[in-house]
Amino acid sequence: MNALAVNARVVAALGARSVKQTFRRPQLVAPIVIFPTLLLAVQTGGAGRAVDLPGFPEVDNFLSFMLAGAMLQSCLLAGNTGGIALAVDLEIGFTDRLLAAPISRFSIVLGRLVGTAALGALTALWFIAIGLIFGASFELGVPGVLLMIVLTSLAAVAFGGLSAAIALYTGQASIVQGLFPLIFVILFLSSAFFPINLLLEPAASVAEYNPLSFIVEGIREPVIGSLSAETVAEAFGAIALLMAISTGLSAIALRRRLRVG
Amino acid sequence: MNLAADLATVRVLIRRASNELLRVPGAAIPGVLAPTIFFLGLSSVFGGLTELTGFDTDSYQSFILPVSLLQGAGFTGAATGVNLARDIEQGWFDRLLASPAPRPALLAGMVLSASLRSLIPAVVLLAVGFAVGVDWPGFGGLVLAVFCVMATGTIAACWGVTLALHYKTQSAAPLMQAGMFVLVLFTTAYAPIELLQGWLAEIARINPLTQVVDAARLGFTGQPITWADTWPALAALAGLLAVLSWFALREMRRTSL
Repeated sequence: MNALAVNARVVAALGARSVKQTFRRPQLVAPIVIFPTLLLAVQTGGAGRAVDLPGFPEVDNFLSFMLAGAMLQSCLLAGNTGGIALAVDLEIGFTDRLLAAPISRFSIVLGRLVGTAALGALTALWFIAIGLIFGASFELGVPGVLLMIVLTSLAAVAFGGLSAAIALYTGQASIVQGLFPLIFVILFLSSAFFPINLLLEPAASVAEYNPLSFIVEGIREPVIGSLSAETVAEAFGAIALLMAISTGLSAIALRRRLRVG
Repeated sequence: MNLAADLATVRVLIRRASNELLRVPGAAIPGVLAPTIFFLGLSSVFGGLTELTGFDTDSYQSFILPVSLLQGAGFTGAATGVNLARDIEQGWFDRLLASPAPRPALLAGMVLSASLRSLIPAVVLLAVGFAVGVDWPGFGGLVLAVFCVMATGTIAACWGVTLALHYKTQSAAPLMQAGMFVLVLFTTAYAPIELLQGWLAEIARINPLTQVVDAARLGFTGQPITWADTWPALAALAGLLAVLSWFALREMRRTSL
């Protein structure tokens, strides 16, 4: 068997392990699924009349607008959870055993990220199902839904890469877990939950340049039906930027860990 | 029953919880950080909602701060359950059960310490709130809000203790936190009741904590503090405390060495 096939098998096995690990531990599932779902429910019911505000985009209902924010929140948390699980593997010595095995070092990190991508896709499906049940209309139909799933999965990989880099650098789950509040800071400073033109300053100014705003608009527009090539390109561009940063940081952190031990 | 001995037990348990805070100050950070981020974030994101007809105030920061205060109390109170689960896992709680201290005194010690600990996020939130322009609620409004915070912390602790005694593992922590999250946010947290939509409006009407949120908010939104607006909150807090402390005591009596 050639090296590529071996590494592909390793990545697939580690990815499957990552997904199973998440679903076996309620404390890992809760932040990814339950918390964003509860927040979506509260915000939709509590701030639903926001669609009457002057300047709010044309949408069927507030749920249609909010779905993308919930999906992005969920995949950010999925990425963080992947980082926590990687740090736990480092703490208990599982990663050391993998490093001693005759496999590529990057396939160890990639395996974790493939699992995170799968979780991103699953959370996308979860929120699409919620949207369908509770009255969101997916204006662009199946192609739009597929685009949402792809963007959410890739975004989860990008965020997972950042968490993995921190996990590899620190080797401590508690530090990666400490990113949890930071996730909400960057979410609130984006257009995840409200249109940029209706955010208060300084959040509005920050949101204009926050990569999360570009990603969330790419996920949102297939729901509200105003998708443009520019929005899609910006969403993929923002994800590519985050992936490049996270890959670079992960590579540096992995090399350091191998050097330091 | 020896009341003096019971009070001494309660005092010692409160002091132990305080020592824990002094020795591990970082343990208080999550309970402070999360509601503060939510306060600043929600007021930046949903600040424009006050333009809708039906809001009593034009400051969303003043409207949402009491919710964050109660959220902080909820998280801090629920953390008492997580700490108890840790004590159960490590065997320390068995030693408490083996002591001659009555179960109600043990429960009182734990939940009263939570009510005091809930003041930590409250003080930070109030400082941050006033710094960013939250309206001064007046002395009466502040006292009422602080009372609601401490009582909510006590209720959250009863909830956390019940789950900790039932599941006996720290893995139940998300359930403890999520329970309080739901109780606090499925109210008029984001908007007045007449602006809530669909099922949330129905849930908020029957959620007893809605009365508490509304009462804690009175001073901040410039409403007069009247008995008519306050007693439903006091009744809701008393009812929740009675029910949840009964469950906590039942679990405690069922817990054997």
